[in-house]
Amino acid sequence: MSEQNRTSTHFQLNERLVFEEGSAGRRGFNLPALDVPQRRISEVVDQGMLRESIDGMPELSEVDVIRHFTRLSTWNYHIDLGLYPLGSCSMKYNPRINERMARLDGFMHAHPLMPNELIQGALEVQKALEQCLAEISGMDAVSLQPAAGAHGELTGILMIRAYHESKGRARTKILIPDSAHGTNPASVAISGYVVENVPSNAGGTVDLDSLRKAVDGEVAAIMITNPNTLGVFESQISEIAEVLHSHGALVYMDGANLNAMMGITRPGDFGADVLHINLHKTFTTPHGGGGPGSGPVAVRKILEPFLPYPTVGVKPDNSLFFDYDRPQSIGKMKAYNGQFGMHVRALCYILANGPEGLKEVSEIAVLNANYIRAKLKDSYALPYDSPTLHEVVFSDRIQARKDVHVGDIGKRLMDYGFHPPTVSFPLIVPGAIMIEPTETEPKQELDAFIDAMRVIAREAEETPEIVKKAPHTTRIGRIDEAGAARKPVLRWKSPTSPAR
Amino acid sequence: MSSPDDLLYTKEHEWIRVSDNIGTVGITLFATKELGEVVYVELPKVGDRFKSGDAFGNVESVKAVSELFIPVTGEVVEVNDDLGNAPEILNEDPYGKGWLIQVRMKDPSETADLMSAEEYGDYTKEEE
Repeated sequence: MSEQNRTSTHFQLNERLVFEEGSAGRRGFNLPALDVPQRRISEVVDQGMLRESIDGMPELSEVDVIRHFTRLSTWNYHIDLGLYPLGSCSMKYNPRINERMARLDGFMHAHPLMPNELIQGALEVQKALEQCLAEISGMDAVSLQPAAGAHGELTGILMIRAYHESKGRARTKILIPDSAHGTNPASVAISGYVVENVPSNAGGTVDLDSLRKAVDGEVAAIMITNPNTLGVFESQISEIAEVLHSHGALVYMDGANLNAMMGITRPGDFGADVLHINLHKTFTTPHGGGGPGSGPVAVRKILEPFLPYPTVGVKPDNSLFFDYDRPQSIGKMKAYNGQFGMHVRALCYILANGPEGLKEVSEIAVLNANYIRAKLKDSYALPYDSPTLHEVVFSDRIQARKDVHVGDIGKRLMDYGFHPPTVSFPLIVPGAIMIEPTETEPKQELDAFIDAMRVIAREAEETPEIVKKAPHTTRIGRIDEAGAARKPVLRWKSPTSPAR
Repeated sequence: MSSPDDLLYTKEHEWIRVSDNIGTVGITLFATKELGEVVYVELPKVGDRFKSGDAFGNVESVKAVSELFIPVTGEVVEVNDDLGNAPEILNEDPYGKGWLIQVRMKDPSETADLMSAEEYGDYTKEEE
């Protein structure tokens, strides 16, 4: 293993705060000679607004600043360094062509308040993406406005409310399976509905009998993730949709896991009425790396009138415009029409892959996850043995016998040069270890990860203290989380200047 | 994990010590072990009234935020302010200095629905 321990030679640059660097008089700019008469600042700015100096303001040259942030960046772990197996997050590699396209002059400098005729290209990108997402999801209409997955959920639930209100009554309850993303009940509560839990059966999917008992005239919808957070496809999804529809209720699908089914099956074909799509998961646009999210919502025809405005409309001459004339719309969910840069990246990814390519994306994502499952199932407990798709959930049950828990395993993985997987989620699995490799990982990378996980399982058995005290190779080891929360230090104080 | 015999317990892992019509409420050792290190406790104000089973506050640990449920109907007459600056007391002494609130009970017969130490011991064994 030692030669595979990729972090053993990774250099670790120490770096102070920017406030502790530089020295008096350094500058990072160079102003040209003055070509207007010079005036004192005190002649033009009110005396009360002026001060002689700013306490603790660092004085830095350009190279100081560049080195500061470059050195800090070496502390990061990111998808360009290696596998980032966070389950439910689909941390896939972001192709550089996406960035090239998002930086085209016409896109980069466009503004939504420019006249429609000057932004036809940008509107065409949004219209084309809407059509692609509708085709991939099997739905009729799309809004690109929501800025993230949970924002898409809120948008969808507000549309469900508007739909029921248009029929006379908003109803009071929304059903959520116990394996759901935590954002689901939050979206429901914020929309003024009461959450009612639906239990999972032994296979990890929705228990149909419990569901039948729970549905009545007060239920506005079910929020269901498919494949669910265990990576298990809800094979009874059509029956589930039928139960809801027979009571006039709707089906909201959390599309966070769409990566598992592109080109294979479509939510619109198995009964979903509305879903959000995480562009920043399924369609590569940067996630977890500082880039904004994007959570478009796709709907069946019955919900189209309620989409947020503006939508991208088509005039008789086929030119495009922002359509604000939407009388039944739930209103605006965000300024203008969403995160445009993300729309360019997602469309770029969709067009580069094409229909066959996207199908292959899903197939390889599922293959990679099942490869990891097969290789690790002898080392880690599998709480549900139903077939899984693009991710796999293990538990720390075997390791817990030696008092080694999921958090310890995650921290030890950092010593072997990997980002930890998602831990302690989904909540229905105690000590959950949730792994999603995505399709962008080559077999060699998966094998290195599998080796590391197996070594950690052996360490947990033979030398548990090594795992329990991990990480050992990172700049900072275990931090005092409780201490930091109980007695937080919220402001840096200069050691040289007196505290204010 | 043994629980003091002079207390009554809920399924949500609160305990109550009854003295005349005053009940002192806290959370059990089992609850603090499940939560891990407690970093923040939010409690009601003196004079607040609750019905049995209502959420009266919450406790936040490094792992999770959990609601606190009151075992009996009544009015809050005292609150353990020490937990504001030192939430770790809850981990150190859940049955003593880590008490949460005292309530003036409206109907002392409500305690008949609660578990004894022995019953609670069996209940937590099932949960494990």
